[in-house]
Amino acid sequence: MPIVKADLEACQGYANCVVGAEDVFDLDDDGNVVVLRAEIDEADRARVETAAKSCPVSALRLEDS
Amino acid sequence: MTGHAVIVGASVAGVRVARTLRDEGWTGPITLLEAEQHMPYDKPPLSKAGLLSADDVPALLTADDVGALDLDLRLGSRAAALDPATGTVTLADGEVVGYDALVLATGAAARPSPWCAGSPRVHVMRSRDDAQALRTMLAPGNRLLIIGAGFIGSEVAGSARSQGVEVTLVDPQPVPMARIMGEAVGRRFVDLQRDHGVDVRLGVGVEQIDDRGEHVVATLTDGAQVEADAVLVGIGVSLNTAWLGSSGLPMDNGVLCDAQCRVIGSSNIYAAGDVSRWRHERHGRDVRVEHWTNAIEQAAVVAHNIAHPDDLRTHAPVEYVWSDQYDWKIQIVGTPAPGIEPVVLEPAGTGRFAAIYADADNALCGSVTINWGRASVLVRKALRDHGSVEDVLRTLSPQVVS
Repeated sequence: MPIVKADLEACQGYANCVVGAEDVFDLDDDGNVVVLRAEIDEADRARVETAAKSCPVSALRLEDS
Repeated sequence: MTGHAVIVGASVAGVRVARTLRDEGWTGPITLLEAEQHMPYDKPPLSKAGLLSADDVPALLTADDVGALDLDLRLGSRAAALDPATGTVTLADGEVVGYDALVLATGAAARPSPWCAGSPRVHVMRSRDDAQALRTMLAPGNRLLIIGAGFIGSEVAGSARSQGVEVTLVDPQPVPMARIMGEAVGRRFVDLQRDHGVDVRLGVGVEQIDDRGEHVVATLTDGAQVEADAVLVGIGVSLNTAWLGSSGLPMDNGVLCDAQCRVIGSSNIYAAGDVSRWRHERHGRDVRVEHWTNAIEQAAVVAHNIAHPDDLRTHAPVEYVWSDQYDWKIQIVGTPAPGIEPVVLEPAGTGRFAAIYADADNALCGSVTINWGRASVLVRKALRDHGSVEDVLRTLSPQVVS
Protein backbone atom coordinates (compact mmCIF):
# COMPACT_ATOMS: atom_id res chain seq x y z
CA MET A 1 0.00 0.00 0.00
CA PRO A 2 1.47 3.40 -0.95
CA ILE A 3 2.37 5.67 1.98
CA VAL A 4 2.55 9.46 1.76
CA LYS A 5 5.72 11.02 3.17
CA ALA A 6 5.84 14.77 3.77
CA ASP A 7 8.99 16.80 4.39
CA LEU A 8 7.66 19.45 6.78
CA GLU A 9 10.95 21.35 6.73
CA ALA A 10 10.74 21.76 2.97
CA CYS A 11 7.01 22.61 2.81
CA GLN A 12 6.34 26.23 1.91
CA GLY A 13 2.55 26.02 1.93
CA TYR A 14 2.10 26.44 -1.82
CA ALA A 15 -0.90 24.07 -1.53
CA ASN A 16 -0.83 22.54 -5.00
CA CYS A 17 -1.19 19.18 -3.22
CA VAL A 18 -4.40 20.31 -1.49
CA VAL A 19 -5.97 21.29 -4.78
CA GLY A 20 -4.84 17.99 -6.32
CA ALA A 21 -6.10 15.69 -3.55
CA GLU A 22 -7.99 17.46 -0.81
CA ASP A 23 -9.01 14.14 0.76
CA VAL A 24 -5.34 13.48 1.49
CA PHE A 25 -3.73 16.90 2.00
CA ASP A 26 -4.71 20.06 3.85
CA LEU A 27 -2.96 23.12 5.24
CA ASP A 28 -2.81 23.93 8.94
CA ASP A 29 -3.40 27.41 10.28
CA ASP A 30 0.25 28.32 9.75
CA GLY A 31 0.07 27.25 6.11
CA ASN A 32 2.01 23.99 6.45
CA VAL A 33 0.90 20.74 4.87
CA VAL A 34 -1.15 18.28 6.92
CA VAL A 35 -1.41 14.70 5.68
CA LEU A 36 -4.98 13.69 6.45
CA ARG A 37 -4.33 10.02 5.75
CA ALA A 38 -0.94 8.57 4.92
CA GLU A 39 -2.08 5.18 3.67
CA ILE A 40 -3.37 5.41 0.13
CA ASP A 41 -5.56 2.86 -1.62
CA GLU A 42 -4.07 1.46 -4.78
CA ALA A 43 -7.02 2.89 -6.71
CA ASP A 44 -6.05 6.43 -5.62
CA ARG A 45 -2.35 6.05 -6.36
CA ALA A 46 -2.19 7.92 -9.66
CA ARG A 47 -4.25 10.87 -8.44
CA VAL A 48 -2.34 11.24 -5.16
CA GLU A 49 0.99 10.77 -6.94
CA THR A 50 0.09 13.59 -9.33
CA ALA A 51 -0.85 15.81 -6.38
CA ALA A 52 2.43 14.99 -4.62
CA LYS A 53 4.46 15.70 -7.75
CA SER A 54 2.79 19.10 -8.14
CA CYS A 55 4.72 20.35 -5.09
CA PRO A 56 7.03 23.18 -6.19
CA VAL A 57 9.63 22.23 -3.56
CA SER A 58 9.36 18.42 -3.88
CA ALA A 59 8.26 18.08 -0.25
CA LEU A 60 5.97 15.10 -0.93
CA ARG A 61 6.47 11.58 -2.15
CA LEU A 62 4.73 8.23 -2.23
CA GLU A 63 6.59 5.21 -0.89
CA ASP A 64 5.60 1.61 -1.13
CA SER A 65 5.37 0.04 2.29
CA MET B 1 1.96 4.46 -28.12
CA THR B 2 5.27 4.25 -29.83
CA GLY B 3 6.93 6.62 -32.22
CA HIS B 4 9.49 9.31 -31.57
CA ALA B 5 8.50 12.12 -29.19
CA VAL B 6 10.65 15.23 -29.46
CA ILE B 7 10.41 17.93 -26.79
CA VAL B 8 12.04 21.28 -27.48
CA GLY B 9 13.07 22.94 -24.21
CA ALA B 10 14.04 21.24 -20.93
CA SER B 11 12.73 23.70 -18.41
CA VAL B 12 9.89 22.70 -16.12
CA ALA B 13 7.27 22.24 -18.87
CA GLY B 14 9.47 20.15 -21.16
CA VAL B 15 10.85 17.97 -18.38
CA ARG B 16 7.35 17.36 -17.01
CA VAL B 17 6.13 16.29 -20.44
CA ALA B 18 8.98 13.79 -20.67
CA ARG B 19 8.37 12.37 -17.21
CA THR B 20 4.61 12.18 -17.67
CA LEU B 21 4.90 10.52 -21.09
CA ARG B 22 6.66 7.62 -19.36
CA ASP B 23 4.03 7.59 -16.57
CA GLU B 24 1.37 7.44 -19.29
CA GLY B 25 3.01 4.39 -20.87
CA TRP B 26 4.82 5.93 -23.84
CA THR B 27 7.39 3.33 -24.85
CA GLY B 28 8.93 5.04 -27.88
CA PRO B 29 12.10 7.12 -27.82
CA ILE B 30 11.92 10.57 -26.20
CA THR B 31 14.38 13.25 -27.25
CA LEU B 32 14.68 16.34 -25.05
CA LEU B 33 16.46 19.24 -26.73
CA GLU B 34 17.85 22.02 -24.54
CA ALA B 35 19.80 25.05 -25.71
CA GLU B 36 21.55 25.57 -22.36
CA GLN B 37 24.55 23.46 -21.32
CA HIS B 38 23.37 23.00 -17.73
CA MET B 39 21.41 19.98 -16.57
CA PRO B 40 17.74 21.03 -16.36
CA TYR B 41 16.99 23.15 -13.28
CA ASP B 42 14.04 24.89 -11.69
CA LYS B 43 13.73 28.63 -12.32
CA PRO B 44 11.49 30.18 -9.60
CA PRO B 45 14.29 30.06 -6.96
CA LEU B 46 16.68 32.06 -9.17
CA SER B 47 15.44 35.39 -7.80
CA LYS B 48 15.01 34.04 -4.26
CA ALA B 49 17.14 31.50 -2.34
CA GLY B 50 18.78 30.34 -5.55
CA LEU B 51 20.17 33.82 -6.11
CA LEU B 52 22.08 33.61 -2.84
CA SER B 53 23.36 30.04 -3.27
CA ALA B 54 23.70 27.83 -6.33
CA ASP B 55 22.91 24.90 -4.02
CA ASP B 56 19.37 26.25 -3.78
CA VAL B 57 18.67 25.87 -7.50
CA PRO B 58 17.01 22.43 -7.62
CA ALA B 59 17.68 20.00 -10.46
CA LEU B 60 14.68 18.95 -12.54
CA LEU B 61 16.49 15.87 -13.82
CA THR B 62 19.54 14.00 -12.59
CA ALA B 63 21.75 11.75 -14.70
CA ASP B 64 20.09 8.82 -12.91
CA ASP B 65 16.64 10.11 -13.90
CA VAL B 66 17.71 10.40 -17.53
CA GLY B 67 18.79 6.77 -17.48
CA ALA B 68 15.75 5.50 -15.59
CA LEU B 69 13.36 7.34 -17.90
CA ASP B 70 15.38 6.34 -20.98
CA LEU B 71 15.54 9.91 -22.28
CA ASP B 72 17.82 11.20 -25.01
CA LEU B 73 18.68 14.50 -23.29
CA ARG B 74 20.70 16.74 -25.57
CA LEU B 75 22.19 19.75 -23.82
CA GLY B 76 23.56 22.62 -25.89
CA SER B 77 21.14 21.70 -28.70
CA ARG B 78 19.35 24.78 -29.95
CA ALA B 79 16.41 24.26 -32.30
CA ALA B 80 16.72 26.57 -35.29
CA ALA B 81 13.77 25.66 -37.53
CA LEU B 82 10.67 23.50 -37.74
CA ASP B 83 9.13 22.00 -40.86
CA PRO B 84 5.73 20.46 -40.04
CA ALA B 85 5.35 19.15 -43.61
CA THR B 86 8.31 16.79 -43.23
CA GLY B 87 7.98 16.41 -39.46
CA THR B 88 11.50 17.61 -38.74
CA VAL B 89 13.31 20.00 -36.42
CA THR B 90 16.60 21.44 -37.63
CA LEU B 91 19.16 22.25 -34.96
CA ALA B 92 21.53 25.22 -34.99
CA ASP B 93 24.40 22.90 -35.97
CA GLY B 94 22.46 21.67 -39.01
CA GLU B 95 21.39 18.28 -37.64
CA VAL B 96 17.86 17.27 -38.62
CA VAL B 97 15.70 15.48 -36.04
CA GLY B 98 12.50 13.76 -37.17
CA TYR B 99 9.50 13.41 -34.87
CA ASP B 100 6.17 11.65 -34.67
CA ALA B 101 4.96 13.91 -31.86
CA LEU B 102 6.48 17.31 -31.10
CA VAL B 103 6.20 19.50 -27.98
CA LEU B 104 7.12 23.17 -28.12
CA ALA B 105 8.35 24.19 -24.66
CA THR B 106 11.05 26.74 -25.38
CA GLY B 107 9.76 29.21 -22.80
CA ALA B 108 10.89 32.80 -22.65
CA ALA B 109 14.05 34.84 -22.24
CA ALA B 110 14.52 37.92 -20.12
CA ARG B 111 13.93 41.01 -22.23
CA PRO B 112 17.41 42.41 -22.73
CA SER B 113 18.37 45.74 -21.24
CA PRO B 114 17.70 48.65 -23.60
CA TRP B 115 20.44 50.51 -21.71
CA CYS B 116 24.13 49.67 -21.74
CA ALA B 117 23.37 45.99 -22.34
CA GLY B 118 26.96 45.03 -23.06
CA SER B 119 28.24 46.12 -19.65
CA PRO B 120 29.21 43.35 -17.21
CA ARG B 121 27.53 45.44 -14.51
CA VAL B 122 24.13 45.29 -16.24
CA HIS B 123 22.20 42.09 -15.49
CA VAL B 124 18.94 40.30 -16.25
CA MET B 125 17.48 37.33 -14.33
CA ARG B 126 16.20 34.24 -16.07
CA SER B 127 18.90 31.59 -16.08
CA ARG B 128 21.35 29.88 -13.78
CA ASP B 129 24.15 31.87 -15.39
CA ASP B 130 22.27 35.12 -14.77
CA ALA B 131 21.95 34.30 -11.06
CA GLN B 132 25.62 33.32 -10.87
CA ALA B 133 26.67 36.62 -12.42
CA LEU B 134 24.61 38.79 -10.06
CA ARG B 135 25.43 36.69 -6.97
CA THR B 136 29.05 37.81 -6.99
CA MET B 137 28.07 41.43 -6.25
CA LEU B 138 25.58 40.74 -3.44
CA ALA B 139 27.86 41.86 -0.61
CA PRO B 140 27.14 44.28 2.24
CA GLY B 141 27.40 47.92 1.24
CA ASN B 142 27.32 47.27 -2.50
CA ARG B 143 24.75 49.29 -4.40
CA LEU B 144 22.21 47.60 -6.68
CA LEU B 145 19.86 49.49 -8.96
CA ILE B 146 16.80 47.47 -9.97
CA ILE B 147 14.74 48.63 -12.92
CA GLY B 148 11.23 47.21 -12.89
CA ALA B 149 9.22 46.53 -9.71
CA GLY B 150 7.47 43.41 -10.99
CA PHE B 151 7.92 40.02 -9.36
CA ILE B 152 11.52 39.50 -10.48
CA GLY B 153 12.66 42.97 -9.43
CA SER B 154 10.79 42.83 -6.13
CA GLU B 155 12.11 39.38 -5.24
CA VAL B 156 15.68 40.28 -6.14
CA ALA B 157 15.33 43.41 -4.00
CA GLY B 158 14.39 41.23 -1.03
CA SER B 159 17.24 38.79 -1.64
CA ALA B 160 19.73 41.64 -2.02
CA ARG B 161 18.56 43.41 1.15
CA SER B 162 19.04 40.16 3.08
CA GLN B 163 22.73 40.42 2.16
CA GLY B 164 23.04 44.04 3.26
CA VAL B 165 23.05 45.43 -0.27
CA GLU B 166 21.83 49.01 -0.75
CA VAL B 167 18.93 48.79 -3.19
CA THR B 168 17.28 51.42 -5.37
CA LEU B 169 14.11 50.24 -7.13
CA VAL B 170 12.81 52.22 -10.13
CA ASP B 171 9.57 51.72 -12.04
CA PRO B 172 7.74 53.98 -14.50
CA GLN B 173 4.35 53.07 -12.97
CA PRO B 174 3.17 55.03 -9.91
CA VAL B 175 2.00 51.74 -8.33
CA PRO B 176 3.62 48.87 -10.26
CA MET B 177 1.38 46.05 -8.99
CA ALA B 178 -1.83 48.04 -9.57
CA ARG B 179 -2.12 46.61 -13.08
CA ILE B 180 -2.55 43.13 -11.59
CA MET B 181 -4.24 43.72 -8.26
CA GLY B 182 -5.54 47.29 -8.09
CA GLU B 183 -4.23 50.45 -6.40
CA ALA B 184 -4.93 49.78 -2.75
CA VAL B 185 -3.38 46.32 -2.62
CA GLY B 186 -0.58 47.36 -4.96
CA ARG B 187 0.46 50.15 -2.58
CA ARG B 188 1.12 47.58 0.15
CA PHE B 189 3.82 46.06 -2.05
CA VAL B 190 5.48 49.45 -2.39
CA ASP B 191 5.33 49.95 1.38
CA LEU B 192 6.87 46.50 1.90
CA GLN B 193 9.96 47.54 -0.04
CA ARG B 194 10.24 50.91 1.71
CA ASP B 195 9.80 49.29 5.13
CA HIS B 196 12.84 47.17 4.33
CA GLY B 197 15.04 50.09 3.46
CA VAL B 198 14.73 50.09 -0.32
CA ASP B 199 14.93 53.49 -2.02
CA VAL B 200 11.82 53.20 -4.20
CA ARG B 201 11.44 55.69 -7.09
CA LEU B 202 8.07 55.39 -8.84
CA GLY B 203 6.62 57.12 -11.86
CA VAL B 204 10.07 57.60 -13.32
CA GLY B 205 11.78 55.86 -16.19
CA VAL B 206 15.39 55.44 -17.16
CA GLU B 207 16.91 57.85 -19.64
CA GLN B 208 20.30 56.21 -19.96
CA ILE B 209 22.93 54.19 -18.14
CA ASP B 210 26.65 54.82 -18.41
CA ASP B 211 29.30 52.30 -17.39
CA ARG B 212 32.05 54.35 -15.78
CA GLY B 213 34.27 51.33 -15.16
CA GLU B 214 34.23 51.33 -11.33
CA HIS B 215 30.48 51.77 -11.27
CA VAL B 216 27.51 52.70 -13.43
CA VAL B 217 25.48 55.90 -13.41
CA ALA B 218 21.82 55.82 -14.36
CA THR B 219 20.06 58.99 -15.40
CA LEU B 220 16.35 58.89 -14.65
CA THR B 221 13.61 60.72 -16.54
CA ASP B 222 13.16 63.15 -13.63
CA GLY B 223 16.81 64.15 -14.04
CA ALA B 224 18.04 62.31 -10.95
CA GLN B 225 21.24 60.31 -11.21
CA VAL B 226 21.74 57.00 -9.40
CA GLU B 227 25.21 55.54 -8.94
CA ALA B 228 25.36 51.76 -8.56
CA ASP B 229 27.78 48.84 -8.58
CA ALA B 230 25.34 46.75 -10.59
CA VAL B 231 21.99 47.08 -12.35
CA LEU B 232 19.28 44.44 -12.60
CA VAL B 233 16.87 45.02 -15.47
CA GLY B 234 13.57 43.23 -14.80
CA ILE B 235 11.25 44.48 -17.51
CA GLY B 236 9.56 41.29 -18.61
CA VAL B 237 10.29 38.52 -21.04
CA SER B 238 10.25 37.81 -24.73
CA LEU B 239 9.09 34.42 -25.95
CA ASN B 240 11.59 32.01 -27.46
CA THR B 241 9.57 31.55 -30.63
CA ALA B 242 11.78 33.23 -33.25
CA TRP B 243 12.95 29.77 -34.41
CA LEU B 244 9.34 29.00 -35.43
CA GLY B 245 9.20 31.95 -37.81
CA SER B 246 9.40 29.86 -40.98
CA SER B 247 7.27 26.98 -39.65
CA GLY B 248 3.93 28.38 -40.74
CA LEU B 249 2.46 27.67 -37.29
CA PRO B 250 -0.20 30.17 -36.18
CA MET B 251 1.35 32.69 -33.78
CA ASP B 252 -0.04 35.65 -31.86
CA ASN B 253 2.06 36.43 -28.80
CA GLY B 254 2.52 32.70 -28.37
CA VAL B 255 1.75 29.61 -30.43
CA LEU B 256 -2.00 29.28 -30.93
CA CYS B 257 -3.41 26.04 -29.56
CA ASP B 258 -6.81 24.47 -29.06
CA ALA B 259 -8.33 23.58 -25.70
CA GLN B 260 -6.37 20.29 -25.74
CA CYS B 261 -3.10 22.24 -26.18
CA ARG B 262 -2.60 21.05 -29.77
CA VAL B 263 -1.26 23.66 -32.16
CA ILE B 264 -4.12 24.86 -34.37
CA GLY B 265 -4.08 23.08 -37.72
CA SER B 266 -1.77 20.31 -36.51
CA SER B 267 -2.48 16.82 -35.22
CA ASN B 268 0.89 16.00 -33.65
CA ILE B 269 2.39 19.30 -32.44
CA TYR B 270 1.65 20.56 -28.93
CA ALA B 271 2.83 23.54 -26.89
CA ALA B 272 3.31 23.77 -23.13
CA GLY B 273 4.35 26.50 -20.73
CA ASP B 274 5.08 30.13 -21.53
CA VAL B 275 4.94 29.77 -25.32
CA SER B 276 1.43 28.32 -25.44
CA ARG B 277 -1.59 30.51 -26.13
CA TRP B 278 -4.44 28.09 -25.81
CA ARG B 279 -8.21 28.11 -25.73
CA HIS B 280 -9.21 28.24 -22.07
CA GLU B 281 -12.74 26.85 -22.05
CA ARG B 282 -13.74 28.22 -18.65
CA HIS B 283 -12.69 31.73 -19.67
CA GLY B 284 -14.01 31.31 -23.21
CA ARG B 285 -10.94 32.96 -24.72
CA ASP B 286 -7.33 32.30 -25.65
CA VAL B 287 -4.88 32.82 -22.79
CA ARG B 288 -1.17 32.59 -22.17
CA VAL B 289 0.15 32.04 -18.64
CA GLU B 290 3.75 32.30 -17.44
CA HIS B 291 3.34 30.53 -14.10
CA TRP B 292 5.19 27.45 -12.84
CA THR B 293 2.01 25.68 -11.80
CA ASN B 294 0.43 26.21 -15.21
CA ALA B 295 3.55 24.76 -16.84
CA ILE B 296 3.35 21.50 -14.90
CA GLU B 297 -0.42 21.16 -15.26
CA GLN B 298 -0.29 21.89 -18.97
CA ALA B 299 2.63 19.49 -19.41
CA ALA B 300 0.56 16.71 -17.83
CA VAL B 301 -2.31 17.37 -20.22
CA VAL B 302 0.02 17.45 -23.23
CA ALA B 303 1.72 14.19 -22.26
CA HIS B 304 -1.61 12.49 -21.70
CA ASN B 305 -2.96 13.68 -25.04
CA ILE B 306 0.12 12.52 -26.94
CA ALA B 307 -0.05 9.10 -25.32
CA HIS B 308 -3.86 8.79 -25.58
CA PRO B 309 -5.05 10.54 -28.74
CA ASP B 310 -8.40 8.76 -28.41
CA ASP B 311 -9.00 10.24 -24.94
CA LEU B 312 -8.07 13.93 -25.22
CA ARG B 313 -8.19 16.13 -22.13
CA THR B 314 -8.73 19.87 -22.04
CA HIS B 315 -6.61 22.28 -20.01
CA ALA B 316 -8.72 24.81 -18.09
CA PRO B 317 -6.87 25.48 -14.83
CA VAL B 318 -7.42 28.03 -12.08
CA GLU B 319 -4.40 30.33 -12.32
CA TYR B 320 -2.01 30.22 -9.37
CA VAL B 321 1.29 31.93 -8.77
CA TRP B 322 3.34 32.68 -5.68
CA SER B 323 6.05 35.12 -4.74
CA ASP B 324 8.31 35.29 -1.69
CA GLN B 325 9.38 38.77 -0.63
CA TYR B 326 10.96 39.40 2.78
CA ASP B 327 8.64 37.77 5.34
CA TRP B 328 5.68 37.73 2.94
CA LYS B 329 4.39 34.60 1.29
CA ILE B 330 2.32 36.04 -1.53
CA GLN B 331 -0.19 33.85 -3.35
CA ILE B 332 -2.26 35.03 -6.29
CA VAL B 333 -5.18 32.96 -7.51
CA GLY B 334 -7.37 33.32 -10.59
CA THR B 335 -7.45 36.64 -12.38
CA PRO B 336 -7.88 39.50 -9.90
CA ALA B 337 -9.84 42.34 -11.52
CA PRO B 338 -7.72 45.45 -11.05
CA GLY B 339 -10.56 47.85 -11.91
CA ILE B 340 -12.80 46.83 -9.01
CA GLU B 341 -11.54 47.21 -5.46
CA PRO B 342 -11.55 43.87 -3.62
CA VAL B 343 -13.00 42.89 -0.28
CA VAL B 344 -10.07 42.94 2.14
CA LEU B 345 -9.80 40.72 5.20
CA GLU B 346 -7.01 41.47 7.62
CA PRO B 347 -7.22 39.66 10.95
CA ALA B 348 -5.68 41.93 13.59
CA GLY B 349 -2.32 40.90 14.95
CA THR B 350 -1.75 37.99 12.57
CA GLY B 351 0.26 39.61 9.78
CA ARG B 352 -2.23 38.03 7.37
CA PHE B 353 -4.08 39.63 4.57
CA ALA B 354 -6.54 38.47 1.92
CA ALA B 355 -8.01 40.51 -0.94
CA ILE B 356 -10.96 38.76 -2.58
CA TYR B 357 -11.84 39.97 -6.08
CA ALA B 358 -15.13 39.91 -7.95
CA ASP B 359 -15.59 40.79 -11.61
CA ALA B 360 -18.07 43.24 -13.13
CA ASP B 361 -20.85 40.63 -12.76
CA ASN B 362 -19.96 40.20 -9.09
CA ALA B 363 -18.64 36.69 -9.77
CA LEU B 364 -15.62 35.53 -7.77
CA CYS B 365 -12.55 35.92 -10.00
CA GLY B 366 -9.44 35.81 -7.86
CA SER B 367 -7.50 36.62 -4.71
CA VAL B 368 -4.24 38.03 -3.45
CA THR B 369 -3.21 36.70 -0.06
CA ILE B 370 -0.24 37.31 2.19
CA ASN B 371 0.85 34.71 4.75
CA TRP B 372 -2.58 33.10 4.58
CA GLY B 373 -2.31 29.80 2.75
CA ARG B 374 -5.72 28.55 3.82
CA ALA B 375 -7.45 31.58 2.36
CA SER B 376 -5.57 31.13 -0.91
CA VAL B 377 -6.47 27.47 -1.24
CA LEU B 378 -10.08 28.19 -0.34
CA VAL B 379 -10.36 30.60 -3.27
CA ARG B 380 -8.64 28.13 -5.62
CA LYS B 381 -11.20 25.50 -4.76
CA ALA B 382 -14.08 27.97 -4.94
CA LEU B 383 -13.05 29.10 -8.43
CA ARG B 384 -12.73 25.50 -9.55
CA ASP B 385 -16.18 24.67 -8.12
CA HIS B 386 -17.85 27.92 -9.30
CA GLY B 387 -18.25 29.17 -5.74
CA SER B 388 -19.20 32.76 -4.93
CA VAL B 389 -17.55 35.65 -3.11
CA GLU B 390 -20.13 35.15 -0.36
CA ASP B 391 -19.13 31.49 0.06
CA VAL B 392 -15.51 32.50 0.50
CA LEU B 393 -16.25 35.32 2.92
CA ARG B 394 -18.61 33.14 4.96
CA THR B 395 -15.79 30.65 5.51
CA LEU B 396 -13.05 33.19 6.14
CA SER B 397 -14.88 35.80 8.22
CA PRO B 398 -15.09 33.74 11.44
CA GLN B 399 -11.31 33.38 11.24
CA VAL B 400 -11.03 37.15 11.10
CA VAL B 401 -13.23 37.65 14.15
CA SER B 402 -11.49 34.97 16.23
